[in-house]
Amino acid sequence: MKRLPILLLLLWLCSVFYVGIFLFVGGFLLVRLEVNRTSSCADVLPPGTSGNRDFCLKEPRFRRAVILIVDALKADFARYDPRNTLPRPFENKLPVLDEMASSRPSHARLYTFRADPPTTTMQRIKGFTTGSLPTFIDVGNNFASSAILEDNLVRQLGQAGKRVVFMGDDTWVSLFPGGFHRSLPFPSFNVKDLHTVDNGILQNIFPILEGNDWDVLIAHFLGVDHCGHRFGPDHPAMAEKLTQMDGVFRSVIQRLQNDTLLVVLGDHGMTDTGDHGGESQKETDAALFLYSSSGLLLAPSSQVEPEVVPQTDLVPTLALLLGVPIPYSSMGQVLLPLFPLNTTLGVPLALSQEEALWINVKQVNRFLETYSNMATDIPADSLWHLRAHFSQLSSQYLSSVHTGTPLPPALVVSMQEYLSSVRETCRASWARFNPVKMACGLLVLCGACAVCYVLSELSSVVLRAGVLKPAVLGGLAAGLAVAAVRLFALGSAEASWGLGAAALGSELLFLWRTWRACPRGRLSPRGLLTAPLLLLLLRCASLLSDSYIISEGRVVTFLLFTLGVYVPVCLNWDGFLVPAPPADAQKPPGLHSPTVPPSTVRRESTFLLVCLSVLVSCLYLSLSFHNCREEQGSCQPSAFLMPLSRLQDSRVRNVHYVLSLVALSAWAFLLHHWLRHYGNLNGSGVARFSARCLLPLASVCMGLHWAVSAAPEDSFRNLAELIGLARVVMPRVSFGLLGLGLLLLWLDPLMVYLKSRGPPSSGGPMPPPRYRASTGISPQAELHHLVPQLYQRIRQSLEDGSALGAESDGRPAVEAYGLGTVYSAPLVLLCGLLGLMLLLLHPEGMALAFLMLLLQATALLHLHASTCTLSSLQSHSSGFSVPWTPVVLWSLAASQFFHATGHLPTFPSIQWGAAFVGFPQGHAGTVLPASLVTLNTFTSHILFAVACPLLLFWPLVCEVRRTRSGRSVAGEDGDDVAMEMKLRENPQQFSSALLQLAVRYLLVSGAQVLASVCAAAFLRRHLMVWKVFAPKLMFEASAFVVSSVFLLFGIALVLRVDVAVACLFHRLLPENSR
Amino acid sequence: MWDVEIRGMTSAHAIIAASIFMATVIPVVLVDNFSVYGTHLVWLYSVACSVAVVNIAVFWLLGISPPTKKNTLNYKLSRLIRSCVYFVLSCLFFHAVVVLYGAPLIESALETFSLAVLLSTLTTLRCLCILGPNVQAWIRVFSRDGWVAMSVWDTSLQITSSCSIVGAWFGAFPIPLDWDRPWQVWPISCSLGATGGFLTGLLAAPLWIRWHRKQLTYKLK
Repeated sequence: MKRLPILLLLLWLCSVFYVGIFLFVGGFLLVRLEVNRTSSCADVLPPGTSGNRDFCLKEPRFRRAVILIVDALKADFARYDPRNTLPRPFENKLPVLDEMASSRPSHARLYTFRADPPTTTMQRIKGFTTGSLPTFIDVGNNFASSAILEDNLVRQLGQAGKRVVFMGDDTWVSLFPGGFHRSLPFPSFNVKDLHTVDNGILQNIFPILEGNDWDVLIAHFLGVDHCGHRFGPDHPAMAEKLTQMDGVFRSVIQRLQNDTLLVVLGDHGMTDTGDHGGESQKETDAALFLYSSSGLLLAPSSQVEPEVVPQTDLVPTLALLLGVPIPYSSMGQVLLPLFPLNTTLGVPLALSQEEALWINVKQVNRFLETYSNMATDIPADSLWHLRAHFSQLSSQYLSSVHTGTPLPPALVVSMQEYLSSVRETCRASWARFNPVKMACGLLVLCGACAVCYVLSELSSVVLRAGVLKPAVLGGLAAGLAVAAVRLFALGSAEASWGLGAAALGSELLFLWRTWRACPRGRLSPRGLLTAPLLLLLLRCASLLSDSYIISEGRVVTFLLFTLGVYVPVCLNWDGFLVPAPPADAQKPPGLHSPTVPPSTVRRESTFLLVCLSVLVSCLYLSLSFHNCREEQGSCQPSAFLMPLSRLQDSRVRNVHYVLSLVALSAWAFLLHHWLRHYGNLNGSGVARFSARCLLPLASVCMGLHWAVSAAPEDSFRNLAELIGLARVVMPRVSFGLLGLGLLLLWLDPLMVYLKSRGPPSSGGPMPPPRYRASTGISPQAELHHLVPQLYQRIRQSLEDGSALGAESDGRPAVEAYGLGTVYSAPLVLLCGLLGLMLLLLHPEGMALAFLMLLLQATALLHLHASTCTLSSLQSHSSGFSVPWTPVVLWSLAASQFFHATGHLPTFPSIQWGAAFVGFPQGHAGTVLPASLVTLNTFTSHILFAVACPLLLFWPLVCEVRRTRSGRSVAGEDGDDVAMEMKLRENPQQFSSALLQLAVRYLLVSGAQVLASVCAAAFLRRHLMVWKVFAPKLMFEASAFVVSSVFLLFGIALVLRVDVAVACLFHRLLPENSR
Repeated sequence: MWDVEIRGMTSAHAIIAASIFMATVIPVVLVDNFSVYGTHLVWLYSVACSVAVVNIAVFWLLGISPPTKKNTLNYKLSRLIRSCVYFVLSCLFFHAVVVLYGAPLIESALETFSLAVLLSTLTTLRCLCILGPNVQAWIRVFSRDGWVAMSVWDTSLQITSSCSIVGAWFGAFPIPLDWDRPWQVWPISCSLGATGGFLTGLLAAPLWIRWHRKQLTYKLK
């Protein structure tokens, strides 16, 4: 058994894949350079008359401002429809906004406020304080928001000597450290907490408002957003929250003075399920409400009102209204209706529309010039067009100012057009790719897939020849050389190029050396043209189309179903499914051995068909656990995805709870039953302890936890403290128990029970096994699972050379329980423990999906085992090699259950609730919640990857059934019941088969990563690239990383067991007989 | 001997293909507003009926059906009834399979069942005509051993049946695409795929047999 070479080979292969992914993602994801310059009051913008400062040249319209940010204040929430007599919980709850806008139209205005995607809170705060456009790469920063370096409103207000007071969401404090005159932050991460932030604000806002120690007051309410995340918009809690907000607005408006501007805005909207992050209109459209008691809208109402206000436009508008410079890199456009026309002379202090626009245009032009000097990503021709447009504008404006003629209205329109076209150009070109890096990453990934294929065909050759070491050394040398050349030539060495060269070099060297070592004819491209690989090709091709990605869950199920049906059809084609017909005797003999009894074949085929039907029904039922993408119009998310606490009907809640409990207990029972059936629960030992005690205990804890978390908050008021405590303790206890189980399993993975026995010469009957009384398995079944002969047989084979027979020696013989499943039992237990742990991170209803997963995995394993049995019954093939079909089935099932556990490859559908299981108060760091969410998202990939080696063991485990049925005819029974001990007898074949299996699994997942990389690379200007392909790539790549890590973990456990078995034999066998 | 058999099969296949063509053309005259997409079910049943009638007629006239042991009326009647039962069962079977593949369970059940009828006509009915109501024989035909054992008609049965099913399978591919074409509506693409596959099979079977006639060792009847 070559343990280390296997692990090293797999590690090398995985790291090559990682390097490829890293290179590609580095070249693909968008990067925008930040311009770290700030505007100031003394600035003279380029084509102005000399000496005349541009910003702050007049008195500000408003001395003070109150900015109320209501997180996720969707545009719909702010509307008021008096005819709607039966409003839903989120409708007509903010009448004050509509009241003000209609009763005092010149003082108040309500707009739809459109955010740019990604609609996550931190990006939005960045957007409406800096006025710039976000890029895709920012998405991941939501957990650890760091300070904004670009010029922004808060900084400008501070520089102008305004006292900015902030209260609410603590994200602001980390974004603007030291930017506030006074700040009252409240913790924001705990989504389940609806009231802490809002109540904190309400306690402080009115005293401050009435006092005089402020100029700009920013309050960020989080209750509405958290209510959406927790309950969805269509819930009484949302009505309560919005009504509360209505009261807040009313009291703030009452306290406003004449020189104060009130801005109420939502940073983003929410979907119908209360989530956000994407770019559907429901998520981007928020509300914007402006009010001032001294009059706000000075333009005559005949002027066209903007339908929708882009979020960036708030920045220049607020800046000019408050008399501070527009932040340097703002891309926004002033909101014209808030400025007086030149002709209205009633307000001499204010900037006129034309002046405001002119300053805005000059500021944007200055930013554009600075940015195009720093970076080259804005295409030259559009830059040229924009410059020409600007010079035309400026000559027109200046000439009309010189002559004193009123500006033509067309000029205003032209300036607005200029601002919009700059915005559009920037938005388009900040999709900047690095094509060389992308191509390099693609090449490395292709090479890795080729290496995988070669390795899977020639695993034994590679293991024997030791190809790895020179390849890795050569690769390292190539990488160092590239890094050195770049260092000398360019003066800087970027790590990614060296890594890329190292990966590519080692791949090429590996392929070349394997080619040299491989016997002729072993490797042919025709091996690729088999049905499972063609199906894999179809799966990969489906990743190139956005429609197929949108309905990916169904596509994968379709392909799985096809491959499942293919198994018996293929067996029938080879003539293995039905017993050979009696008419065969007339045919020329020698086609296959006639000794196979038809009854055995028939029983095995029936079993196979039963497995297939279980598989098919699991596939069909799993479709009902899917979540919905926003693109799928008429789709209802599964009812089981709703956490119990969100269900309002108590009967439905009870039914769901009972169903989940049944699924949970079935999961635990099936595991326990399997382990007991194969005799792995006998005796005492730490692994058995974790199977016997920890597993049921953890399940009980989980059931209690679900009950506690399902309890509605207001029903048990006197027990609230206890419930709160239980919410923390129960999941932590189950995590602890399961973690302890995993640890114990790793420390002592042997689930074998040895029983010494007196010398058989005493002639007495075999002492009854200890566990008969407790379990009630029939003595006949015991005979099969004791594997008593097994150990003796192994010892005999080892003792062949020794002179004396063991039995006659009088040395005590040993019975070994559970030796037949010595490798698979720890793996099964590991999967059971891991599965429970991951189930805890999911909504309770997903327990059913997990049970389905267990059943389907078992059905797949048995399908594979029966296929092996049927084909080996009639063609006598040897070796443990796992063919492609089960591997592809296994890997597709991982993708299928990714969808069937309610996940989707989109960012808004990530189940953030997983981070709060056991930590309802939120977290201090970011590592723990991030890993919990990762575990939750890639649950099915983790389980299937860890369980992957079972594909190798299962045909051997199922041997018992075959021999039992075969015994009636063939007399060679006892010899055959070696089960997994066969693997120990052929360590060479075992290692090559294990390596082959792992590499095949890696190839199947890697091919999918390669396909989505290709999709992202070739379709990078596609309309759907940021909505479909890029998220899919991120999810597929992360799934690959997670599943490869857990695959390595599973393989490592197998090797650990192998070490332990070797130690056991070492200990048992007397010195002289070895 | 070879040429005669192949020629006979080719002409039979040509007749069946022509019947499908006629089944598409004739309703244009008879039915108002007939179109393959618009009144799809009419087209589907017209194709299914014509294929069924022509198949039964051709195989009955050519006398391909397996030799019957007893020639009594009673036996023939029971055979006929068993054939009908098998046909209905196969319709139900195909319906179940199609639903498991992801077809809607309750809404448009009629469309799904019609597709099942079409598939049964293209596959099971031919099995019934050539092999009689004998499931064992059907299973054996679709194996490698069956390949060498039987007559030229079995090979044709194998090819046309698998082509129809694979065609229907491929027909499901365009359904999720967002092209908004009339033929993407369930079950139009699948039934068109099945018919297309069947026609391909009709064309491919004689060519294939002719190409591989050296390797094929039929037990001549």
